[in-house]
Amino acid sequence: MVKRLLKDLLARRAMFLFTAVPGVLVFLMFFGLYDRSRSILALHSFPDLLFGSSWFPLKGQFGLYPFLMGTVWVTLAAMILAVPISLLSAIYLSEYAPRRIRETIKPVVDLLAGIPSVVFGVWGVLMIVPLVAKIAPAFGAYSTGYSVLAGAIVLAIMVFPTIIHVSLEVFASVPRALREASLSLGATKWETVKHVVLRKGLAGIIASVALGFSRAFGETMAVLMVVGNTPIIPKSPFDSAYPLPALLANNYGEMMSIPLYDGALMLAALVLLLIVLVFNIGARAVLIKAERKAE
Amino acid sequence: MDARTHISIQNLSVSYGRQRVLKDVSVDLPDRKVTAIIGPSGCGKTTLLRTLNRLLDGMDGVKIEGQVLVDGENIYDPKIEVTRIRQKMGLLSQKPQVLPMSIFDNIAYGPRIHGVREKAKLRQIVEQQLAAAGLWDEVKNRLHEPASRLSVGQQQRLCLARGLAVKPEIILGDEPTSALDPQSSRIVEQRLIELKADYTVIVVTHILRQARRIADYIAFLYLGELVEHGPAAEIFANPRDPRMKAYLTGEIS
Amino acid sequence: MGFRQRKAEEMVFKVLMIGSTVIVTGSLLLIIGTVVVKGFPAMNLAMITQTPKGGYYLGKEGGILNAIVGSLELAGGATLLALLFSLPIVLYINLYKRRKSRLAVFTRFALDVLWGIPSIVYGAFGFILMMRIGLRTSLLAGIIAVALLELPIMARAMDEVVRLVPHSLQDASASLGATKLETALHVVTRQCLPGIITAILIAFGRGIGDAASVLYTAGFSDRIPGALLQPAATLPLAIFFQLGTPYPEVQERAYASAAILTLIILVISLLSRWYGRKFQKNSIL
Repeated sequence: MVKRLLKDLLARRAMFLFTAVPGVLVFLMFFGLYDRSRSILALHSFPDLLFGSSWFPLKGQFGLYPFLMGTVWVTLAAMILAVPISLLSAIYLSEYAPRRIRETIKPVVDLLAGIPSVVFGVWGVLMIVPLVAKIAPAFGAYSTGYSVLAGAIVLAIMVFPTIIHVSLEVFASVPRALREASLSLGATKWETVKHVVLRKGLAGIIASVALGFSRAFGETMAVLMVVGNTPIIPKSPFDSAYPLPALLANNYGEMMSIPLYDGALMLAALVLLLIVLVFNIGARAVLIKAERKAE
Repeated sequence: MDARTHISIQNLSVSYGRQRVLKDVSVDLPDRKVTAIIGPSGCGKTTLLRTLNRLLDGMDGVKIEGQVLVDGENIYDPKIEVTRIRQKMGLLSQKPQVLPMSIFDNIAYGPRIHGVREKAKLRQIVEQQLAAAGLWDEVKNRLHEPASRLSVGQQQRLCLARGLAVKPEIILGDEPTSALDPQSSRIVEQRLIELKADYTVIVVTHILRQARRIADYIAFLYLGELVEHGPAAEIFANPRDPRMKAYLTGEIS
Repeated sequence: MGFRQRKAEEMVFKVLMIGSTVIVTGSLLLIIGTVVVKGFPAMNLAMITQTPKGGYYLGKEGGILNAIVGSLELAGGATLLALLFSLPIVLYINLYKRRKSRLAVFTRFALDVLWGIPSIVYGAFGFILMMRIGLRTSLLAGIIAVALLELPIMARAMDEVVRLVPHSLQDASASLGATKLETALHVVTRQCLPGIITAILIAFGRGIGDAASVLYTAGFSDRIPGALLQPAATLPLAIFFQLGTPYPEVQERAYASAAILTLIILVISLLSRWYGRKFQKNSIL
């Protein structure tokens, strides 16, 4: 008997320790990356590194700005494509689609979320890159196809599931009786969606977009394979870009052989982590608050 | 009963999947009276109410048979425009459902949708409806605050005023006082009685005493069947069906 | 606004909505279709039965068995490690703590935040961890990085199932004199087994498909890894490297490898869906 209770007590303690892991891990990642980037932060100030434009590791110049802008460009362009399409699909699935269609499409969206990013990349190279190269002249531009636009298209498809999934949950949390209140005033379904459902779910929808944004911001392999990777700030969607995650992925090989290079890359990872954390924590906080309100 | 029939329900059956929740219900509801739909929980009261403004339309697995005539017009006629039917009927739900917007916009929402654009006209409608609901003095200084800041009782009165702003003919109440405190309940009940001067009022209630207080006409449902209906005074004084008797004495509830 | 105009607006948006839904579903079909159509012609038996011979990346003989096995070993190990952490966490926040307790809410929050961290950052962190404990790029280092990546995915998926276990079931077990641990292990875990397996499969699928986290940690090798401390090739990286060569015949192999990876993912997805459905059917919840 005592043995059983002792076992239970020990298990309780051990499990508590395990439960601390996720919270601790977030901090560990932050401090680990910070620790490794101290070498470069000791020589250059953080704003100089972040907003410096020249990237010549061999000369000891590590300006991250072109990469930061590359990420921002690709991510924003992807969001411009992904947000309307995802939200319209989510509205359709939640408000209009018959159950049979909804239950068929939801697994498809989940499946899309499970496709490895390398496969997205291969598909992008096979299909989107040539497409962009082909349409560029129509816009008076020349492009190899390896461009911001190609990255944005591939990324947009990758964030569909995130935005759709979260906003479907947000729409589901809007009470049916509230929709009926609007309908029984003689509003059409669309008017009800526009004025009531979207407004009621606004915070959650913004959160879903923020989660999509942070998902896109950190995506590495698929983007890396289609954006061209030239460290210049892009001026048009047909230009190539070099996003931050791609920088990290392309240079792990050399980083231990050039002084300070590892510090610069770890700083890049830290910047990436911080931006994604801000968006994620904000979005999750909004969602938790909305969930509490709904109860 | 001398009243004209406003809503005529004819052989109405509703099923959710394989489950039949309303079985061949036929009843005429009188114009400008308060009709109470009563019965034990799960008897189909709310379903009956919701078929009246076609809120069950398009729900998965719901099958509706029979007819509902409003002013002699079958509202389930496929050619009919559902938003027009719904505009004719204001709905008051169990819990007040204020729209996620200001007090002013809650009332103005319906008129705006139906094409009222002039600000002065909207303001007039809002003031008139809030005054009629007895809310004007309480909220006139905070018309542009979110309606969700009102108390639950005030919210329900706001919902009623909102429904009246689109000029309906019929008011549907689905246990409209169940979330309210006794005092607010009284106010809402009183409003419903006043409103029968101009509107046909149909209220689902599980509170027998409320039905006694407000109803002119009673429809008693039991397990999806319409067991008994008629003028309230007659039914309460002299119930015929044994199930009705049992319900009135509290043996089934 | 006239009624006709209101209806017209609704129609326009309905068309846009259906169009968007078609784009979303169509893109999945297009991706799978393209990869399969491009990949299958280049596939042959040697690809999945042989390791790369000298000059494989120049277009010579061989296959990617090293990467297939490497990926399976790596994702398998990582999934096992992630399970070792996920299960206690999920049981603790659902059984030992009230489900809405501050610790439970915080832990879910932390898991969600971890879920959102990009895999390349896991790779970089894994690399730091690896240096700190004196490990070199190896199967083990890769397993650690991928396990961290899988942890939030697996734990959250399990949590969704375990939190549905009714209190009455716990109470029933407790009233028979069982300790919490016995309840957790014998009643709850068994009750949720299909859900737990689904969570494991989802995490495994994510682990086997991820490239960015293993880039820094697992290394790459033409040999099938035989021990934890040897470097390991993975399928996603094999695809990436093959596509990166200038030789069309090697790029073809990248397509074929992508088709293999997609196939593996689809099988895992269908398996987890099948298990999930079975769970719904047998569940007493």
